[in-house]
Formats: sequence, C-alpha cells, structure tokens
Amino acid sequence: MIELRDARKVYADGHVALRGLSLRVEAASTVALLGPSGCGKTTTLKLINRLVIPTAGSILVNGQDVSVVDAVQLRRGIGYVVQEAGLFPHRTAEENVEVVPQLLAWPAARRRQRSAELFALVGLDYAQHGPRYPAELSGGQRQRVGLARALAADPPLVLMDEPFGALDPLTRRRLQREFIELKGRLRKTVVLVTHDVEEAFLLADMVAVLADGDLVQLGTPNEIRAAPVSDFVASFLGV
Amino acid sequence: MKEISTKLKAKRCKPELRIGVGLALRFQLVAFSLAAALSSRVVAQAAAPTVVVGAKNFTEGAILAELMAQVIERNAGAHVERRYNLAGTQVAFEALRAGGIDLYAEYTGTGLRDILGDASPVESAAQAFARVSQAFAQHYDLMWLAPFGFNNTYVLMMRDDRAQALGINMLTDLAAHPLRYGMSHEFLERADGMPGLRRVYDLNVAALVGMEHDLAYGALAQGAIDVSDGYSTDAKIVTQHLAVPRDDKHFFPPYEGAPLLRRDLVTRLPAVVDALSLLAGRIDDETMRRLNHQVEGENRSPAEVAATFLRALGLSDTAVDVQTRARSLLGVLWQRRWITLDLVRWHVVLTGSAELLACLVAIPLGIGASRRPRLATAALGGAGVLQTVPSIALLAFMLPVFGIGARPAIAALFLYGLLPILRNTVTGLRGIDQRIIEVGLGLGMTPGQLLRQVELPLAAPVILAGVRTSTVINIGTATLAAFIGAGGLGDPIVTGLTVTDVNLILSGALPAALLAVLADGMLAGVEKWATPRGLRVNANGEW
Repeated sequence: MIELRDARKVYADGHVALRGLSLRVEAASTVALLGPSGCGKTTTLKLINRLVIPTAGSILVNGQDVSVVDAVQLRRGIGYVVQEAGLFPHRTAEENVEVVPQLLAWPAARRRQRSAELFALVGLDYAQHGPRYPAELSGGQRQRVGLARALAADPPLVLMDEPFGALDPLTRRRLQREFIELKGRLRKTVVLVTHDVEEAFLLADMVAVLADGDLVQLGTPNEIRAAPVSDFVASFLGV
Repeated sequence: MKEISTKLKAKRCKPELRIGVGLALRFQLVAFSLAAALSSRVVAQAAAPTVVVGAKNFTEGAILAELMAQVIERNAGAHVERRYNLAGTQVAFEALRAGGIDLYAEYTGTGLRDILGDASPVESAAQAFARVSQAFAQHYDLMWLAPFGFNNTYVLMMRDDRAQALGINMLTDLAAHPLRYGMSHEFLERADGMPGLRRVYDLNVAALVGMEHDLAYGALAQGAIDVSDGYSTDAKIVTQHLAVPRDDKHFFPPYEGAPLLRRDLVTRLPAVVDALSLLAGRIDDETMRRLNHQVEGENRSPAEVAATFLRALGLSDTAVDVQTRARSLLGVLWQRRWITLDLVRWHVVLTGSAELLACLVAIPLGIGASRRPRLATAALGGAGVLQTVPSIALLAFMLPVFGIGARPAIAALFLYGLLPILRNTVTGLRGIDQRIIEVGLGLGMTPGQLLRQVELPLAAPVILAGVRTSTVINIGTATLAAFIGAGGLGDPIVTGLTVTDVNLILSGALPAALLAVLADGMLAGVEKWATPRGLRVNANGEW
C-alpha cells in the first residue's frame, strides 16, 4: 500500500530530519510512527501526501511513485487529520466536513447526505453540531469533525498527525476507543503519528519507533514490548 | 465647446496660492507636457471666436485676468474661457507658448529675470519693457501690450512701529541691526532674491527662516520675525500697518504688470488688442493695492471687483451685483452649501477612484509578496519610500506624466494609498495559522483554491483595515490636490489661505474631516461584515 524507500530529508536550514528511512505499510493496517519530538515522524507522514519533498529516496503509494503523480489528485485520495483538528475557523462544522466533496464537485444533495452519515459515524448530531463554527465546539467535538472531514470522500488511506494530542485524558480515551471500533469497521490504511507510547500500542497493528531521523525498530506492539532492540527503545517505552 | 465651458464651471472654486521655488522648479519639468495637454483644448475650439485667458495662482493674477476677460467680452465680441490658478510663472508661460492659453498678465521683471534669465542691471521701467518686448517677440513669438500702470516689485516689509523704533527708512539702514528674516521659499532660492540682497545691502542676519508667504504676515504681527519679503501692491501692507523701506540701491528690477499674449491671437482677433489697450495705464500702485484689498480684505470675488472697477472707469455700464462672502462661519457654510456639496462629491470621486486603483494593485501585489519574502521587502520598501515623499511633492511629480487636473491627483493618491493596503495584505496573509494552510493543501486544495477559500476570507478583516486606514489618510491628503488644479475640498482651503479667510478654510476643512469620519465608520462596518462569522463567535461548545 505505502512504501518508503531509503527516504532522506534535509531541510533548507541544514537540519537532517530523515537519514534514509525504509518502511512498508500494508493495506488496511494501522501503523504508528512513534518517537520523541524531532525524531522525524511528522516529516515521514508528510512525505506520503507530498507536503514534504524528499531530498533522496522514493515514496510509493499503491505502487506509484508520488513524485510523478499530480499532488492535488494524490491528496484528495488521502485523508488528513492533524492535532486540534486544524478546522477552518471561518467554516461551520458541516462546511468543514464537505471541503473535499466540494473540491471534487459533488452535487449538494450528495454532499449533505454524506455529511449526515459522517456526523453519525463520528458520534455527532448533524442538526445540532453541523451549523456550529469550530469556536463553538469543544476540543473533542472539533477532533471528531476533523476525523469526519478526513473520511468524507471515503479515501482508502488516512494520515493522522497527533490526532488526540491536545485532548484531556478522559476525552482522549473515549475517542481512542471509538477509533478502534471505526478502524475495524472501515478497514482503512492508517498512518498515525504519536509520541504517546500507550496510544501507539493501543491503536496500531504495527509500531515504527523512530529516533533522530532513523527507524530503530519495527514490529507489532507485542514484539516490541517483548524485545526492544536497544536501551534507547527500552527506556523510551518504559519497559 | 459648450461641454468644455460647463466643465470649467464645475471647477469654479480653484486654489490661489504661491508655491515655493522647490515646487516651481519641479513645474519646469512639467511645463512641456502641461502645455501639450492644454493645447489640445485649443485645437478643439479653433473655429469659434474664443479667447482663453490664463492667470497665475494669486489674487492679483486673478483680478487682472478678470479685468482683461471682461473688457475682451465687452469690447472685442469674443467668448472668453477662464483658465485660472495656474501654478506659477513656468506653468503659465509654457501654457501660453504651447497655445493652451492665449494671454495672461505677466510682470516685466519676471519676464526679464525668470523667463529670459537676463540678470543685467535695469535702468528704468521703460527699459525693462523694451527689453522684454524685443526678446519675447524674437524668441517666443509673444507680444507684450502696454503695461497697466503699476509696478509690483519686491519689497521688504517690517512692522511700522518696529521700523520707526530702529529708524529704518531705506534698505541701507538694515545693515546696522541684527534682524530676524522670514522669507518666502521662492525669495530665498532666487539669485535675485535673498542671496543678492544680502550681498548688495550687507544685511545683518540674526536668523533666517523660509516660510509660506501668507503666513509671514502673522509672524510679523506677532513679532516672531522682523523682516519678510512682499510685493508692493500687496493690500496687506496697508491693512497690517507695515512699513516698506525704500530700495535705495535699486536692487529690485521694475515689475510692471502687462498683458502678455500670443501673436496669432493678434492676427486672429485684432479687436482683442484694442480692447486690452483700454486698460493701459489705468491702474496705479494705489489702485492695484485697493483692488487686491477688495478681494482679500472685503471678501469679494475677483470677477465682481473687476466689474465694479470697469464700471467706475466708464468701460462698462452693466450693473454689478455686489455680493460679499458672509462673515460668520455658519453664514459661509450656508452660503456655500451647494458648492460644498459639489466639492464633496468631487472629493469622493478623487479619493474613491484612487482607493479602488490602490486595492486593485496592492492586494494582488500583497498576495504575491506574502509568498516571496524578497518581493515583500522590495514592495513594502518601495511603498514605504513613496510614503515619505511629501504629499505636495508627490503631486508635483505626477504633473509631467499626467498634466494638470484630476488624473495626476488620482495617480498621487493612488501611490499614497498603496502602503497601508499592501502592508495589511502581507501581514494578514502571513498571520494565518500555518497548520490551517497545511491542512488545506493536505486535503487537496490547489494554491488558488486555498487562497480564495481559506486565506483571503481569513485575512479579509486585516486587509480591509488597511483599506480603511488608506482611505481615511487619503481623504485628508486629497485636499492638497487643489494645488494642481484637481479641485475637491482643498479648493476653499487653499483659497482661504491666500485671502486669510479662516471661515473659508473651515468651509473646506470641516466637510473634509466629516467625510473622513464618515468613511472611517462605514469602512469599519464593512470590515465587521467581512469578518467571517466563525471568527466572531464565542466558544460555548459542549462535550
């Protein structure tokens, strides 16, 4: 589904974000990119939807090199969720959810129908929350709208960058549980960036531990917990 | 023809002000294009027996122009078009040469010193007249008619009591006292002004400042300065109790006023020469001073003063409706209400078009600049430099490109309007949360969709605040447009400054201020309206 081959990223200011990372993500699985801040996990995520262009190496999505496909078309086929949802503040919750369908020029009736479905899917009341602006919603509600927006055009692949990072622990747990339930139902390929070990182990089928621009260990939560490859991984995991 | 005269009428209230030499120098640059702009008008009306009378932008110029215009109308059977308030000698002279005007009143000394650049000593008024007559005919194909009879030369003015206390009767007496000189900018710069005067009379200068001529009277009265330069036919010499020490070394050349006209006018309408000769020798210094005083001191219009005088001379039998300007502020405001309404309308057109153009340029430029730091530095730097150019100078710089009238004014106001809009566009766009931009791109928006659907709506309040600032500033700056004949609410301000009529100044300044406040309020409303509702609501969400 997704394959990074020896991806290297050096930013204009000389900062080396990735030192040649290779990673495969199987279809319908959830991979967590886990590591301390500055380890290169967000850069890795943005390589996939071409928000970041690699300095060297290649990225394949569905077997196609992303550097040769149209970036806009590529992105419209990939859901994207960020911390605090990144909702457009000048648009209502419903308008936010309809962003991609609108870009894809769906007819209004179809957009509305899809919105209603998605509100239900993420546990919001369409009539009540749809017309509200992001500033009128709670953090958890905003995050749900963000998730609904990412799923609007039913993309097979969803990228999530610290999606639950800004929420209070109680809300986070609840959303995480709902996410697991959704994941099982929708069978999406998900790449999730997090620095929260528990979250990674809870949500992901595979966990990729990153440190200082390198992939240090890749495995299922159980594999990693059972056999951390280094002292760094062990101490980061707290095992 | 009719259309043109209507157009002229619409600009009835024109500025009267002497401008400093710095500005006058810039006008030299413009002379050619200005003349060309004016000449096109003449071509359009070549078939009709029309005479275009010009006037420089001060009271005496307007009175002499009216006298000439009225005798031509009455005695030469020609239709007269009035083109007054031309900004200084250079503009008036070049307009005459290019045929934009057919005649105006000029001074022999000005012709000799300023136009011909002839600095050699002059023995008599008659010699000065002979020299300009010959040289102008030879070089410019222009003709001087017999002088009106007064000599409006430069004089130095002091408060009467101060001159008496110091025993100053002649300019030679000045050397004995350290005095403070407040001179007009033009006088300071001219070789035959302050520099020559200092040398010839060995002046003892304790302090020297350049000041607007019309403000010098106040400074003299308050004792802020001791000496200023003026003109011998200045009405204020009498009304302000000023002493005029005699030019005992004949430093200043004679400045006899006389009609200066194009030779082709003589061929075309010989009767004009006969008509103008009726004024020859009829106005002495004292008379000219009185006529100036009737306009400046008695608040009468040049046209009416000229008509009354012609009637007294027996050159006209038309009854004159003596109408003076009201004395009280409310009276002036009421008397001028329709004129003011016209001026307000025109002021709105000037500022409105300039702002519209500024938006059309500054917003796209700001969008580009918000994406390219180097372009931002260049554009903001450039607009910043424009902002530091004094308004009046910027207006003058526009003249070579656009001639006189509304276009140079709109161009200058447009340039002034750029910076606030440009800066706010850049600031507004750069101020948007980077994460929102990234999400927009990540969801598959093209840069254009991102700009239209996300960036511009979010930056709109900041951009509109820039438009608002720009507009309010420009409503004020537009009053200066009167200096280059663009009209607007600056007209009564500039005229009021010349004739020292505070109420007249206020009749322009008050509506301008009111307009600025109104525009500010309206644009604040637009700003609020354009602020996305999502940015205005308060959080009252629930979980």
